[in-house]
Amino acid sequence: MLQIAVASGKGGTGKTTVATNLALALAGEGPVQFLDCDVEEPNAHLFLHPALGEEEAVTIPVPAVEEGQCTACGRCAEVCAFNAIAVLAGHVLTFPELCHGCGGCTLLCPEGALREEKRKIGIVQGGQRGELVFVQGKLEIGAALAPPVVEAVRAKEQGMGTVIIDAAPGTSCPVVAAIRDVDFCLLVTEPTPFGLHDLDLAARLVAELGVPAGVILNRAGEGDELVEEYCQRQGLPLLLKIPFSRNLAAIYAQGKVLVEELPQWREVFLNLGREIGRRVGR
Amino acid sequence: MKELLVISGKGGTGKTTIVGSLAVLAKNKVLADCDVDAADLHLLLRPEVQEVHQFFGLPKAKIDAELCTHCGRCRQVCRFRAIDKDYQIDPTRCEGCGVCYYICPAGAITLEEHCSGHWYISATSFGPMVHAALGIAEENSGKLVALVREKSRELAKKVGAQYILTDGPPGIGCPVIASLASVDLALLVTEPTVAGRHDLERVLELTGYFQVPAAVCINKYDLAPDKSRELEEYCRQRGVPLVGQVPFRAEVNQALVQGKPVVEYSRGPAAKAIEGVWEAVKELLAQ
Repeated sequence: MLQIAVASGKGGTGKTTVATNLALALAGEGPVQFLDCDVEEPNAHLFLHPALGEEEAVTIPVPAVEEGQCTACGRCAEVCAFNAIAVLAGHVLTFPELCHGCGGCTLLCPEGALREEKRKIGIVQGGQRGELVFVQGKLEIGAALAPPVVEAVRAKEQGMGTVIIDAAPGTSCPVVAAIRDVDFCLLVTEPTPFGLHDLDLAARLVAELGVPAGVILNRAGEGDELVEEYCQRQGLPLLLKIPFSRNLAAIYAQGKVLVEELPQWREVFLNLGREIGRRVGR
Repeated sequence: MKELLVISGKGGTGKTTIVGSLAVLAKNKVLADCDVDAADLHLLLRPEVQEVHQFFGLPKAKIDAELCTHCGRCRQVCRFRAIDKDYQIDPTRCEGCGVCYYICPAGAITLEEHCSGHWYISATSFGPMVHAALGIAEENSGKLVALVREKSRELAKKVGAQYILTDGPPGIGCPVIASLASVDLALLVTEPTVAGRHDLERVLELTGYFQVPAAVCINKYDLAPDKSRELEEYCRQRGVPLVGQVPFRAEVNQALVQGKPVVEYSRGPAAKAIEGVWEAVKELLAQ
């Protein structure tokens, strides 16, 4: 199995473009699974158009109070690190939207007055598009905790072929959950000061997690030297440049993919996949 | 005092570009960058840092190898799989809930304070700014966002500012929710693409959920005029004011490369359109 994650630091640099095109190019070569782990704004499905299966709820355990047993001793509120439970005027109040599901309150309640119930924070959904196996996660509107939904998507990883993981932007916990322990991470950037600044953050993230990485420069043209020099300094391979053109932007805007609209791109993404395979020794 | 938050759902639609220019156009304001994960506003506004503060998120568990009896209780109760079979804590997994600390029968676990980022008060040529940098691979971005907002409100009160202009994070999760709480208006920057539209719908559901008034600005509208018309129609149907459409022009990128807000760098059509956005937003904020 070869897991390739696509991340970026800055949003909107072209993660989904790279991930979807790479997945489609490789899908002819062997089993490929696509995991959309950008659970706050999952939009790979807009480009891959998979036939989607049933939604499966992602839940976290949150506390519920058995009023008769509770003595309002306050131990639960004392141990909760997330301010998700409070005791006021002899009653326990819970704030499930703040709860991380650590289970501390239930475990440590001396009266056994707390039990856990499931709170839905998102869904996982599988699908299929030709040879390509598709899975996406979606955070519920108003739910704050993305990592458990990301983990639920990754739990669907098939143990064979190639797994392409589309991550969220940024460098914090939802991204960590998406790219942890993958074989390789593509960092997609653009030749602007914002792109470069956030590429540096993303490069530090993969270094911290010990994940080998390479860079893809999207909307290339003006200002490429900035990113090229950066990659050279950091010893990061620049694996692909996708030039800026109004035509490519229009293909993306309409929800279409390069490998289907412009066949020469199929070869490009196929080679990218092979190059990554070589780099991780597959 | 009115608070404007600029968000987008989808990343890269031009939030920071717009906020950078609003920073020039709005008078008497405090600026805040709540994209604490990948903050970029400072690249445009070039703040001179006046105060640096450490940000302590939740603590991290630490196991004293001398005291640990390898009984396995902590590994059983940790729901974040942060303790490996050698009883080492993985700080990128530990959420600081403290359950292991409370449960350890040998008293071998302590909770150590953990600096997970910094926040700053700075001076810019456009007014004072509160911003932050979350450490790489850290948690608690929502907490740091809440702190940036609290400090920007204090500062706004102190200097008697009329506005707080806030650059928000992408997505709809924890840092966005923390950014959104009780602002006066959320300006949603979108782009005429299927992904922009999809993510705008999600972020509008979010502002609706928290009952925050929203307005929409379409950036790079001329890259796909048909998609922009669909967005216009969608906003009309939802009853969300469309406060402007900014064309895709070289001036935007040139300004960015110079490290300047567009309206300061150029008098071109993109700059003019952003001026129009501010006029419309100002009116909405006055209501």
